[in-house]
Amino acid sequence: MLLEVEDLHVEFRTRDGVARVLNGVSYRVSAGETLAVLGESGSGKSVTAHAIMGILDTPPAFVTRGSVRFHGEELLSASAERRRSVRAEGVAMIFQDALSALNPVFTVGFQIEEQLRVRRGMSRAEARARAIELLDLVRIPAARQRVREYPHQFSGGMRQRAMIAMSLALDPEVLIADEPTTALDVTVQAQIMDLLAEIQRERQMGLVLITHDLGVVAEVADRIVVMYAGRIVEQADTVSLFRSPGHPYTAALMRSLPRLDSKGTALETIRGLPPSLLRIPSGCPFHPRCPRAEDVCVSDVPGAVRLGFGRTSACHFAEEVVGGFGG
Amino acid sequence: MGRYVLRRLLQMVPVFVGTTFLIYALVWAVPGDPFEGKCGERDCPDAYVAMMRDRFNLDDPLLLQYWKYLVNLVQGDFGVTSSGVQVVDRIVTAFPVTLKLALVALLIEAVIGITAGVVSGLRNRGFLDSLVLVSTLFLISIPVFVTGYVVQLVFGLQLGWIAPTVTTPSFGNLIVPGFVLASLSMAYVARLSRASIAENRRADYVRTALAKGLPTRRVVGVHLLRNSLIPVITFLGTDLGAFLGGAIVTEGIFNVPGVGGLVFRSILTKDGAMVTGVVTVLVLVYLLMTLLVDLLYAVLDPRIRYD
Repeated sequence: MLLEVEDLHVEFRTRDGVARVLNGVSYRVSAGETLAVLGESGSGKSVTAHAIMGILDTPPAFVTRGSVRFHGEELLSASAERRRSVRAEGVAMIFQDALSALNPVFTVGFQIEEQLRVRRGMSRAEARARAIELLDLVRIPAARQRVREYPHQFSGGMRQRAMIAMSLALDPEVLIADEPTTALDVTVQAQIMDLLAEIQRERQMGLVLITHDLGVVAEVADRIVVMYAGRIVEQADTVSLFRSPGHPYTAALMRSLPRLDSKGTALETIRGLPPSLLRIPSGCPFHPRCPRAEDVCVSDVPGAVRLGFGRTSACHFAEEVVGGFGG
Repeated sequence: MGRYVLRRLLQMVPVFVGTTFLIYALVWAVPGDPFEGKCGERDCPDAYVAMMRDRFNLDDPLLLQYWKYLVNLVQGDFGVTSSGVQVVDRIVTAFPVTLKLALVALLIEAVIGITAGVVSGLRNRGFLDSLVLVSTLFLISIPVFVTGYVVQLVFGLQLGWIAPTVTTPSFGNLIVPGFVLASLSMAYVARLSRASIAENRRADYVRTALAKGLPTRRVVGVHLLRNSLIPVITFLGTDLGAFLGGAIVTEGIFNVPGVGGLVFRSILTKDGAMVTGVVTVLVLVYLLMTLLVDLLYAVLDPRIRYD
């Protein structure tokens, strides 16, 4: 298996107390597969990615339990040097807001080339040539000129393309894309998603696509994990998840999507707010907002229920939910 | 960029005229005759006073006096003092000394200030951080004349490590006065770099640099430092401008024959020609330094464009 996360626990030790940000997250990605990680802000999608990369802010963030394996090799206990060598070369990452994620005082070319010079020992000229190739690959027009420009001289979409080019510099096997289109115009979003999907297909990379946008997920993902309050509440292949969600939270998310076949009716919303991670509700963390919660949901934490076809759902009533009795 | 520089240079003309006029008026238009006390115990002979008033055009209206001064100045003639010394000669001997002292102070300020700031900014809330915060607070609280006299007394007289006064203004002899002159700004530089580093340490682009698998020393030394030092370097530039204006207190304590002392003595002896001459040069230097700092900003931060 290319990349495996197992039972990952992360907590933020803050002045207000310990926030349990991840409470046993497990997922796996194989080569050529696109895994979408879906959830609201604060559900732990990005923290999981940072933990995989080993770029958590410590303190306040601490990994307290779990395992991150790349080609079966445990990364969490690996040396700092080994972890560094996996970054960008094994697992690369692109971030949501390319304007703040790129360094404002260096040219786009410099930021692509420095990895090649530092990690691959290329000369300046070789690295420059490779940077131009990469910008061409992500279809930035006039790459030869633009390689000398600064991030603020790029448009939002071009900046995100430049970031993708940067992440591909060392030919990673896994690419983690953290909300790569959230900061972009809708028209540009589609172009960036197409580009990512195409690159993923050509290179047979594992792609972890972090998003809160169900629409994005539907088009490109092979499998989906849905996160809530630092847990994975459901995981399934894209087709069956959209056909019949196996967790009340997923079901509620879908009902809050605008649909072509239900014009004129008000959109549903999920009542309440995501829980504070300092005080996660007992039992199933979703129970205060769940339309079908019963006593058992308040007292017992649901385990992952197998639903067939490799699906799981962390709900006491998973079978009923997926069976279409609603959530 | 060229147009911007030209515009800034043109803007300097009214500022230059305004400031020099102000100085000129303050020095020459004060009540009392500037030459009456020049002859010791006795009153000056009328013939001498008349000659001096004529030489410095004091019987003309103020604006005309200033105009005549300005015309000479533009031609490079700073005039002579009442004792017949060429003002420009004294400036030419004093200014290099001040320049040396300023460079020594700037170097000390930059090296120690930035190092302390970076180290404490990277280790928020550690022992080193507290040490830097307390020691800079200490330096900021003490007036320079106290630092100066204490250093002179302890290292010059009691320990005898240094000569208490500067006899020849070589770089080596100027280290201690430079340190005293730099002490206050050094504390500010340390605090400024500390705040800047601490703020940028968690910036998104630092995380990106880490995610690219760059070694920590490169992430800090290239990505973090380059961004964090922009405000620090411009502060240093402005500070150099201030140092070049002469340090009256520091130069006075260590007897450094620089511009600050020259101005100070000229004011005491009511030597109007010297005061206006030196201050005019200082105004020019400061204006140019400010322009340089603004240009430096654009060099350091590509997002800043002046056209």
